[in-house]
Amino acid sequence: MTTIPDDLRYTSDHEWLRRNEDSPDEAVIGITDFAQDQLGDVVYLDLPAEGDEISAGERFGEIESVKTVSDLYAPISGEVLAANGELEEQPELVNDSPYDEGWLIRVRISDESELDDLLDADAYGAQLPAS
Amino acid sequence: MEKSIESVVARYAVRLYIRCMAEAGGSGGGSGLTELVLRERHEALGARFAPFAGWELPLQYGGIVGEHEAVRERVGVFDVSHLARAWVEGPQAASLLRSVTTFDVTTLPVGKAHYSLYCNAAGGIEDDVFIYHLPGDRWLVIHNAANADKDFERVQAVAGDAASEVTPETVMLAVQGPAAVTLLSSVLGKGFAALEPRDCAELDWNGTPVLVARTGYTGEDGGECIVGADRAADLWDALTGGGATPAGLGARDTLRLEAALPLHGNDIDETTHPFESGLGFAVSLDDEAPFTGREALAALKAEPRTRRLAHVVAQERGVLRSGYAVHAADGGEAVARLTSGAFSPSLRIGIGMAYLPAQLASPGVNLTVDVRGRALPVEVVRRPFYRKPRQS
Repeated sequence: MTTIPDDLRYTSDHEWLRRNEDSPDEAVIGITDFAQDQLGDVVYLDLPAEGDEISAGERFGEIESVKTVSDLYAPISGEVLAANGELEEQPELVNDSPYDEGWLIRVRISDESELDDLLDADAYGAQLPAS
Repeated sequence: MEKSIESVVARYAVRLYIRCMAEAGGSGGGSGLTELVLRERHEALGARFAPFAGWELPLQYGGIVGEHEAVRERVGVFDVSHLARAWVEGPQAASLLRSVTTFDVTTLPVGKAHYSLYCNAAGGIEDDVFIYHLPGDRWLVIHNAANADKDFERVQAVAGDAASEVTPETVMLAVQGPAAVTLLSSVLGKGFAALEPRDCAELDWNGTPVLVARTGYTGEDGGECIVGADRAADLWDALTGGGATPAGLGARDTLRLEAALPLHGNDIDETTHPFESGLGFAVSLDDEAPFTGREALAALKAEPRTRRLAHVVAQERGVLRSGYAVHAADGGEAVARLTSGAFSPSLRIGIGMAYLPAQLASPGVNLTVDVRGRALPVEVVRRPFYRKPRQS
């Protein structure tokens, strides 16, 4: 069973976004449990650096598993505040903890209206293939 | 990520088998993939399947890295029933096989198995095969799935009715890892325990004949078993019940690459010859017996090598994959393309193989590989990439 937490927003490209409760213009981005399961063992990530700009719907990095490589697409536009440095040594955190320790980047949101384009958990779950 | 996520498994499978399928002339194409006899067992274990050379095979069960580690550290079992199996029988079998393979099988004692090649008249490698010499002038040849039809035709052309295919009626299981011999001995009994590496034998397993060999394709000790389809599920259950971790095509690929074992269709094919691909040990030229490719191979052996199949290890994080271009360390035109590449679960780094110009194919040479626009530094190393720790 794939896990889809209720408190996150999603893209149909299988990224998630969590707003920071204390500073709502900040958000953390990762890939979903479904995505990590489909990719298999993650072994390498190419993530943007602090200060880089990302744009909603555009490629912001890539994620590579033993069996394949896949592009990462930004759920929203913004400035990168940090990338998860733990993943350099432990890329498997994306598999083990996709919604927590396996987060990818933290960003400052530049256009809040883009959040309206994201899916809630029910809508995201509804568009996954039945298994 | 949508498209790639939905097609990751299919894309991986394509990478693995695309060249094999081209050679197989599309056999098993469309929806006509052959299912394994043990399909239900694999499904019950949560296998994800992928097309490979006309077969639908388990790509992975729990995960490639976990299955890989199980084989390196304990024992894994692979359903390799896609490998084609043909018998050649009778007093002439050895000399008939000698006429189509590079290794002088007439020197192979009863109860021994050996690696050999099918070469064309120009010395190019049409397939790599394993040949078992069993009692009673019975010889079993193991062919790659993608080449099964043309390989059998090759054998049948010289052996006629003395050749027969047994692939559909039997199941072949590879049991590999440091605990494999112990497991096989406990399941199959003393007969297996008595076997030395590369021995082969026909054992009686509770009234069922099981053909076994202490061979494999992972760089680990272990064995391969061929059993009638009707008893295959029982053998599978005995092996998995005895502790073998089911392992799929994904782990088989990373394991064989770490062991620097070539994959036909990727690392060796009609355009490569045995002396540049490190397979000269499978070519016997000392006897006088004619065999297909002999003259060309004798000439190639005497010539200086212009290129060699070399082994490269990434010096930074990143994954090497088949088809990526290899460049000299100071850039310039590509000098080769990787014939295989993977993330090595044992070494935790990218590894690959490529036919490098002879002057670059020496351990210690530094090169770069174009990883989707990034120049990843690599170093040429001695094979294999991974060597199992010495037993103390």
